[in-house]
Amino acid sequence: MTAPPIRTQLLDRLWTFQRRSGYIRDADVKACADWLNISTVEVEGVVSFYHFFHRQPAGALTIYLDNSIVAEHAGLQAVQAAFERATGAKIGGVDPSGRFGLFHTPCIGLSDQQPAALINFVPFTRIRPEQVDRLVLELKRGASPTGLADPVAPNIQYVPPEGKSVFFREYTAGKALARAATLGAEGIIEELKTAELSGRGGAFYPTGLKWNACRQQAATPKYVICNADEGEPGTFKDRALLQVCPQTVLEGMIIAGLAIGAAEGVVYLRAEYTWLLPQLEAAIRDFRTRGLLGKNAGDIAGFDFDIRIQLGAGAYVCGEETALLESMEGKRGEPRTRWFFPVERGFLQQPTLINNVETFAAAAHILDMGAAAYCERGIPGSPGVKLISVSGDCGKPGVYEIEWGMPVAELLERCEAKDPYFMQVSGPSGECLSMAEKDRRISMLDVLGTKDVRCGGSFMVFNQSRDLLRILLNFSAFFKHESCGVCTPCRAGNFILQRQLEKLDRGLGREADLQAIRDWGAIMKAASRCGLGKTAPNTPIMAMEKFHADFAARLHKTADDLNRAFDLKRAEAEYEKYKTSGHA
Amino acid sequence: MPEMVTITIDGREIQAAAGRNLVEIARENGIFIPSLCYYPHLEQPLGTCRVCTCQINGKTGVACTEKIREGLAVEVNTPALNDLRKAVLEMMFAEGNHFCPACEKSGNCDLQHMGYELGLAVTRFPHLFEDRIIDFTPSRMVLEHNRCIKCRRCVEEILTDEGKRVFYYVNRGNETLVGIDNEQEARLSEQQALNAMHICPTGAILVRGKNLSKPFGDRTFDMKSVQTPKLEPEQPFTAKAQREKKVIATVSLAGCFGCHMSMLDVDTGLLDLVEFVEIHRSPLTDFKSFGKRCHLGLIEGGCCNSENVETLRAFREHCDILVAIGECAIWGGLPAMRNTIPLGECLEEAYLSAPAQTGVVPYHEDLPKILDKVYGCHEVVQIDYYIPGCPPSSSHIWKVVENLLWGAKHSVLYSEFKYD
Ligand SMILES: Cc1cc2nc3c(=O)[nH]c(=O)nc-3n(C[C@H](O)[C@H](O)[C@H](O)COP(=O)(O)O)c2cc1C
Ligand code: SF4
Ligand code: SF4
Ligand code: SF4
Ligand code: FES
Repeated sequence: MTAPPIRTQLLDRLWTFQRRSGYIRDADVKACADWLNISTVEVEGVVSFYHFFHRQPAGALTIYLDNSIVAEHAGLQAVQAAFERATGAKIGGVDPSGRFGLFHTPCIGLSDQQPAALINFVPFTRIRPEQVDRLVLELKRGASPTGLADPVAPNIQYVPPEGKSVFFREYTAGKALARAATLGAEGIIEELKTAELSGRGGAFYPTGLKWNACRQQAATPKYVICNADEGEPGTFKDRALLQVCPQTVLEGMIIAGLAIGAAEGVVYLRAEYTWLLPQLEAAIRDFRTRGLLGKNAGDIAGFDFDIRIQLGAGAYVCGEETALLESMEGKRGEPRTRWFFPVERGFLQQPTLINNVETFAAAAHILDMGAAAYCERGIPGSPGVKLISVSGDCGKPGVYEIEWGMPVAELLERCEAKDPYFMQVSGPSGECLSMAEKDRRISMLDVLGTKDVRCGGSFMVFNQSRDLLRILLNFSAFFKHESCGVCTPCRAGNFILQRQLEKLDRGLGREADLQAIRDWGAIMKAASRCGLGKTAPNTPIMAMEKFHADFAARLHKTADDLNRAFDLKRAEAEYEKYKTSGHA
Repeated sequence: MPEMVTITIDGREIQAAAGRNLVEIARENGIFIPSLCYYPHLEQPLGTCRVCTCQINGKTGVACTEKIREGLAVEVNTPALNDLRKAVLEMMFAEGNHFCPACEKSGNCDLQHMGYELGLAVTRFPHLFEDRIIDFTPSRMVLEHNRCIKCRRCVEEILTDEGKRVFYYVNRGNETLVGIDNEQEARLSEQQALNAMHICPTGAILVRGKNLSKPFGDRTFDMKSVQTPKLEPEQPFTAKAQREKKVIATVSLAGCFGCHMSMLDVDTGLLDLVEFVEIHRSPLTDFKSFGKRCHLGLIEGGCCNSENVETLRAFREHCDILVAIGECAIWGGLPAMRNTIPLGECLEEAYLSAPAQTGVVPYHEDLPKILDKVYGCHEVVQIDYYIPGCPPSSSHIWKVVENLLWGAKHSVLYSEFKYD
């Protein structure tokens, strides 16, 4: 087998520099360019794509505050003020001594324990403003963040009763693989089809079909990739799985390797989960010792399979499977065109199977318990279970393993939602629900036009006291920041939509402005290249429909031919500064 | 021999070689699909600009990343798709800062050309007026970021002899721009540098000292549409004798009177005008206020000060129909070049820093107040119609006016529809 091009190591190399100096210096960029024999602008392009890579010093201690909407509601502002005071750094910069850097970052996968932050990539949860002085003082005295942080609770709040849990049932490493080996490739795929397993990364593509398509490719080598980028705000179920039972994920990948004929697996882990790295690496080492990875993996003659971890560097769009491939190849995480599908030409143009963390774990369990047993859960047409990350205005945020078919109302009750009003399902790119829809079931059936709602993994609850437009503005800022910038409708469209929402927020919109959001959103949906741009306008459009009264209350009432959004006083304000002195 | 298959475009059956690119095949068969980033010899199409969006086997998608295969069914010309493609193009104009009359590429620019082909008169999106730099640091080139549409052509195509890239995307989201490597740029041969300027579909890449300009009329996209003429035959004019006399008003706000000059450029048409049109409030009559209601108001120029706003509001109040004439009225035009710079900086540069200045920024109750930026007219009042151009041609203006006032039908010719 030929060694992969060294370009695939670029992200790792950049991380080495980033960690060494707290930023990537000019000399480092030059060194990378020389090493790869590419121009420096190409290295700059990669560095500037990922928000955890800095080209300016970012502090010996870099603090990232989660600025997701749940964090905002949980008191981000006060925590931020406390950090600014204690460290002397203003958000988005470093303090004069260069010791502390303070930055915002989108959801870090801890929505059940907000406000949360990463300090040198060590997670701190449920931060109270009054703790911050003390914490910063300890850091100044030289304490290591690891020593100061409390362990992160997995917060598994609910599993199906009567021993019906799938993900958290008793598990012995290697059993599923042994059964898979007896079934053979076709048998494995048959099991997945019987279990009607579909992708848990949000797109719900039938897993059996995908594995089969990859199996049928003639070209080798092939790759198995586990998508652990979990960037959709409000989602943390993959994190919980990797925390509690990473072995099941690894075993699912090994089974996939066996089914499609691959020799290498890669876990693409988001940098926000760097803190899970030691544990994951230990699990891999342990699998190697037990013979589940390596030569003749699982004692299957001729089956060589190993797994490595690739760390991301901060970019939501890298969760999109083709962007993820680009990133793994050491490039900017820009989604590819559909000229080829990953199963045909993926990583390094070779056949590649990409699945979500939960999909692999589910596959392992299905192979272990048998598809028939798995199908005893859920509802007809949507058998099995799903992990849901619940957060927001509820008493028991955390991970819920539900059987497909659970009504929204039941989930709300179980999580002790307080006065729920607006529910965001599957994250900002998903859909919003009003209480009028509380009897809808959560299942995979939505696509068939039933009234069920599909949930990719995130379920955020907001109560009546929350400002709807603030929520939408937070989502909008997220998409604008995370668009890869490669295609026009998403790059420009998200920016334009954000301005439109700001106009509504200022009370200057009219009914026609709501229509504009619908029309413009439809354009983004139809013309964007990848799921990011296609889904970004969903929530504002749906919210206008389902919560029309909230919008109507904010509209400007006059109806004449003057455009009320134009505010003469505001437009003159800057000039008025010259009124008395002729100087500003 | 590649396998020949049958596809349909807008219901028409077409034989084509399997595996070829849909945009090409359509073009060869006389079907126009707009495209900007598509570049025939790149093996993997770029698919960045999205202006070739069509309906492909029932799903919306871009044509340029579609391979010909048996049974492919494509819809190109439906009202919804035409509007969608136009919208994507409008987004590019709204996102960048395109001052065509001041652009070296004007007349030879693919982006502008698509605007003409699609009949884009105004963008439905607010112009973003982001401050984008002009990069003068490369030894030979100038990179005008205001005009770049991030099509990726230069990234893929312009390599040094060693195979190193000269251009590459930097940053992300709406801050994405095409960075240039000065060291590699210096290694390009003269020919390679010129090639970069030529493959760029906009005026973003310029080579110093190399002129693109040709006389008006000789430029690539001046005269002829690439689409088979789909102009409707000219309808007979409403018999002129039966025309009712109409009252119109005109004004130049933050404009240069160029559009007014163009209005007067109708030659003998002026005779018709005085017969059927009463010009009321207008610089042409020097009436400074409205004494009666007008059928039509023609606005040149956008709003750069409080007086412009008052005048425009008065026009809205007294005219049945308002038409914005020229780029300045439509979205700010050349005066809006200041929109990417804070007002304070502009004023201080003009009145305080520059040598031989008075040392004060003029301010008096009787003087109009300067606005924070230049606003297109539709941002202040509702505008009913737009006529692009800097200035629009005289025939374009009067064809529209005749249509609005008396319902006379005219085709605006490709050569009459311009942004410069
Ligand atoms: C913008 C965007 C972000 C995505 N982020 C993730 C992610 O974080 N994790 C994930 O598993 N899938 C994500 N996906 C979906 C992947 O593209 C892909 O469908 C998925 O990884 C396939 O695995 P599955 O079939 O097991 O779901 C994302 C898609 C888009 C468009
Ligand atoms: S839709 Fe957005 S994220 Fe996706 S390719 Fe286009 S710009 Fe990039
Ligand atoms: S000619 Fe082309 S590049 Fe130049 S300003 Fe006009 S549209 Fe932009
Ligand atoms: S500089 Fe020109 S060729 Fe390069 S991306 Fe921009 S518009 Fe395209
Ligand atoms: S020409 Fe098809 S996306 Fe640009």
